[in-house]
Amino acid sequence: MNISIKEVEHVAKLAKLQLSEEDLATFPGQLDNILGYAAKLDELDTENVPPTTHAFSNKNAFREDVVQESLPREEALANGPNQNGEAFVVPRII
Amino acid sequence: MNPYELSITEARKELDGGNLSSRELTTSCLERIRAVDGTVQSFLRVTEEEALQQADEADKTIASGNAGPLCGIPLAVKDLLCTKGVPTTCGSKILENYIPPYDATVIEKLKGEGAVLLGKLNMDEFAMGSTSENSAFTVPENPWKTGYVAGGSSGGSASSVSALECLASLGSDTGGSIRQPASLCGVVGMKPTYGRVSRYGLVAFASSLDQVGPLSRNVADCATVMNGISGYDPKDSTSVQEDVPDFTASLTEGMKGMKVGVPAEYFGDGLDPDVAKVVQNGIDIFRDAGAEIVEVSLPHTEYCVAVYYLIAPAEASSNLARYDGVAYGFRSEEPESLADMYRTTRSEALGDEVKRRILIGTYALSSGYYDAYYKKASQVRTLILDDFKNAYEQCDLVVSPVTPTPAWKKGTHAGDPLSLYLSDILTISANLAGIPGISVPGGFSGDGLPIGIQLQGPHFREDILFKAAYNLELGTGLANSCPEL
Repeated sequence: MNISIKEVEHVAKLAKLQLSEEDLATFPGQLDNILGYAAKLDELDTENVPPTTHAFSNKNAFREDVVQESLPREEALANGPNQNGEAFVVPRII
Repeated sequence: MNPYELSITEARKELDGGNLSSRELTTSCLERIRAVDGTVQSFLRVTEEEALQQADEADKTIASGNAGPLCGIPLAVKDLLCTKGVPTTCGSKILENYIPPYDATVIEKLKGEGAVLLGKLNMDEFAMGSTSENSAFTVPENPWKTGYVAGGSSGGSASSVSALECLASLGSDTGGSIRQPASLCGVVGMKPTYGRVSRYGLVAFASSLDQVGPLSRNVADCATVMNGISGYDPKDSTSVQEDVPDFTASLTEGMKGMKVGVPAEYFGDGLDPDVAKVVQNGIDIFRDAGAEIVEVSLPHTEYCVAVYYLIAPAEASSNLARYDGVAYGFRSEEPESLADMYRTTRSEALGDEVKRRILIGTYALSSGYYDAYYKKASQVRTLILDDFKNAYEQCDLVVSPVTPTPAWKKGTHAGDPLSLYLSDILTISANLAGIPGISVPGGFSGDGLPIGIQLQGPHFREDILFKAAYNLELGTGLANSCPEL
């Protein structure tokens, strides 16, 4: 397989990453290596094999809907790089 | 003997007998850290003041006669476990200034037991790596040999225990990140069954694979820390309501009647002859102790690296979407727009390996490729899980190497990520199958580097692993072995 620079740029866009020229010089070859190696899985016939997403089957974990104390707003906002005491502030979008 | 040289079991006797205070023990560890951490680089942060306060509290509890097994014992934790009021960086520039407003459940449990927390340990950024060289800050050193890697991603968790900076530590294991550095640094390290230990407050990498576990100087200490951190947690919907036995209870039971499986697939090409010799010696110890050795097959082992390096990045690409510069962590300066803020924040503050994995994961999940990559990998994961189910019909546990080679020089795999990924081939399957695994010191290479032996067991049978590991340790005589520093 051969992953083009264009494909890497497309995936980076989806992942909200901005790649430098240096990244674009090294990543396509490295990703090609890794995904090319993953093609090894095609050796196996998995047509009737169900997928596993969690190794240990677990039922949905329900609990009673009881009101509990939550993190105070001040503490929840404390790590914000820009906040005004009520909300996180981000660049204007409209 | 300096207090920091004591194991947990030995320290407990001294503390309860009134010969040593937790403050003295903690001070001794802090002095040890000051003396050696400039070289070993295990710690990203030492919380001296908090540690001494916790030690004084522990001394009061000990005096009142209510001390539990971990009360007053100085431990340290990997810097991806949230600690209230203490920065938790995950080895990343993007979380450099993040101060969690809450404790991870395992931290809460350790504090509840009266343990003393010395600080936060070095690691690969977001636990992505096998050498800790992806840390955004410093790179831990293998205490056994200058210039060699401590392993990863819990490199600091292993080097700190090996260098006698703390009595035991916590790490996390997504594809071998506890067992591999434990093996390379000559300490004991356990990855518990998925769901045995709460992941609440563990910064997520690959949520279906991540598990918190202990690293220690000997097997009994590892079991003691496991007792302290295990159990169901309503805050983690994947933690399991399963009884937690006393893991120290089965240690001395012996190996008679046990069946130890040897999977040929774990002894293939590329296995270092010293590693093969050490593991063979371990198998002989089991036989001499009365266990029956049986050949088993785990036929899909050769596919585990491919499965893992699709599933783990896929989950990571989703989990790491939260680092966008909005609610916490780093934000790039003066972005032109919101979209620009997301992109520049992530690009400036995430390292290359993290970016690579986000790209692989996004690719594997993207429209048109999902079936060929993510779904295919999830199906092969089922086959790997079935391999273990079949094997455990013929044996109680499986013995193997942890890594194909002992520790290697720093910089060996620079620029070639796939070659490093392939070194994870012996540890990844346990995470994909959700089973427990432990690395126990087995011996040394010709040039003095430690080599571990891996034991893997059925779901929720950590007790079997501890029992076998204890017998192995008796046979090798390597409990509490440590390098000259």
